[in-house]
Amino acid sequence: MSIRDTVVTVFTEVAREQDKQLASLTDDLLLLESGIDSLCLAIIVANLESRLGSDPFSTSDDIDVPATFGEFVALYENAMNAVH
Amino acid sequence: MPSTEHPTLWELTAAAGPVARRFLLDERARVPLDALAGATALGPRRAELRGQNVVLITATQRAATLALLELDGFARRIVLCPPDLKPAQLPGIMATAEARIVVSDRPLPELEAAGAVCLVAGPPVPVADQREPESCPPTEWALFTSGTTGPPKMAIHTLRSLAGAIARVTDTAGDQVWSTFYDIRRYGGLQILLRALIGGGSMVLSGADEPVSDFLARAGAAGVSFISGTPTHWRRALLSPAAAAIAPANVRLSGEVADQAILDKLRSTYPAARVAHAFASTEAGVAFEIADGLAGFPADLIGPERAGGIALRVQDGTLRIRSPRVAERYLGDVPEPVADADGFVDTKDLVELRSDRYHFAGRKDGVINVGGLKVHPLEVEAVINRHPCVEMSLVKARRSPIIGAIVVADVVLAHAGNDGGADAKRLEAEILEMCRGTLAAHKVPATVRIVPSLDVTPSGKLRRASA
Repeated sequence: MSIRDTVVTVFTEVAREQDKQLASLTDDLLLLESGIDSLCLAIIVANLESRLGSDPFSTSDDIDVPATFGEFVALYENAMNAVH
Repeated sequence: MPSTEHPTLWELTAAAGPVARRFLLDERARVPLDALAGATALGPRRAELRGQNVVLITATQRAATLALLELDGFARRIVLCPPDLKPAQLPGIMATAEARIVVSDRPLPELEAAGAVCLVAGPPVPVADQREPESCPPTEWALFTSGTTGPPKMAIHTLRSLAGAIARVTDTAGDQVWSTFYDIRRYGGLQILLRALIGGGSMVLSGADEPVSDFLARAGAAGVSFISGTPTHWRRALLSPAAAAIAPANVRLSGEVADQAILDKLRSTYPAARVAHAFASTEAGVAFEIADGLAGFPADLIGPERAGGIALRVQDGTLRIRSPRVAERYLGDVPEPVADADGFVDTKDLVELRSDRYHFAGRKDGVINVGGLKVHPLEVEAVINRHPCVEMSLVKARRSPIIGAIVVADVVLAHAGNDGGADAKRLEAEILEMCRGTLAAHKVPATVRIVPSLDVTPSGKLRRASA
């Protein structure tokens, strides 16, 4: 499964578990308008670390949360590429 | 003007400024405050609530606000239920609060079938015998606070301890419009609501599932001048282009540690605003507000009693607070008192002195702060340990730049060998399902990890990472 597919899967699962209506996950979707709240996003990051073994948010104390879904995916792709 | 020694919330609200110009706004309705004079939202059975203990559980913050305005000074005790309360907890709460009456904004047939009296509140309608002066003792406000295990704990306040020295805002041109990202059924949000009402202003309530951009746009259009939230709320708000829709004169943070990064971002986003971070808790009340733009608080706040009767001390590494705003007691059978013999509340927040400022350094009791909401690991472990396959569990914090911290769990299974593969996945899902059925969303672990063993101290206790 590609990194993008994993991210999409985790977004979908967490939104379902938290009873949130998830917007269609296009690259230019603003995370603020995706239907998930801060708690969901934090859970998604924790789940992605379990699945991908990577948490790009843990590398810096003051990392800016990406604005769009595309930037969020890119953050993980870059982090994974840096590892391998 | 207030007619009694203990003016009610409505009396103070009406006395604070012309109600005709003031309003309560949420995402569905705008209620002018003068519509509440000589009216009731509680329905034809309102009289039954006089002198009674009442549990207030509403879907909307607007309904809760209208009920609070009517019930203070009328009911003996108001139990203000938070939005994430599980219905299964209600019977226990009613028993602890000695309440048989529930006020809601929707029918509650299951509770009614169990013998509770359920009143459904609606829009305010005029009545003749409304809001006559009362001479009853001050109404008790029971607010929920984080408990270690079992049923939630409730701390008893009165309007006086909640509102403290809220001054009427008279010297400002125009009307103040207050708002908060918080729900007003939690201490932090209730503070802002009371400031708006008693201070002579208006209030913009946030919607439960309202996108943050919509809320900011609505607050901006209403002319919000004072707005509060946790650092988590603000981090999210600042991601939105709608952050520019508000131009508040006052920005406030509370509920979590305000780090330098979020203070700096708020200052640069709202250069004209006074940005302040406050320390408050349901038990201890509001202790201080810091507006110098720096994280932590000046060391000289610790020491003798200051204006407003507030005294702070540091003892055994934690911050202690004594003030007229401390809760009176806990409801029901809670072994420990709210305050010690000297009247100080132990906040259990560890503080460290670095040069001339104190900085927060975690919790003495391991409580996890999830975006301003507190979680006791033991409460979550108790739920997980009910699963028949679980031998023991350790619930701990995982740092999150998004929401401060989230809850994660390590679980040891009763039968060794069950530690991998499809079985493990199924068990993790079952454990999470149990947690979701019992616990509020922020208390449910983000991940459950099955581990072969947990670290145990020589005395046989689970070893917990110090805060």
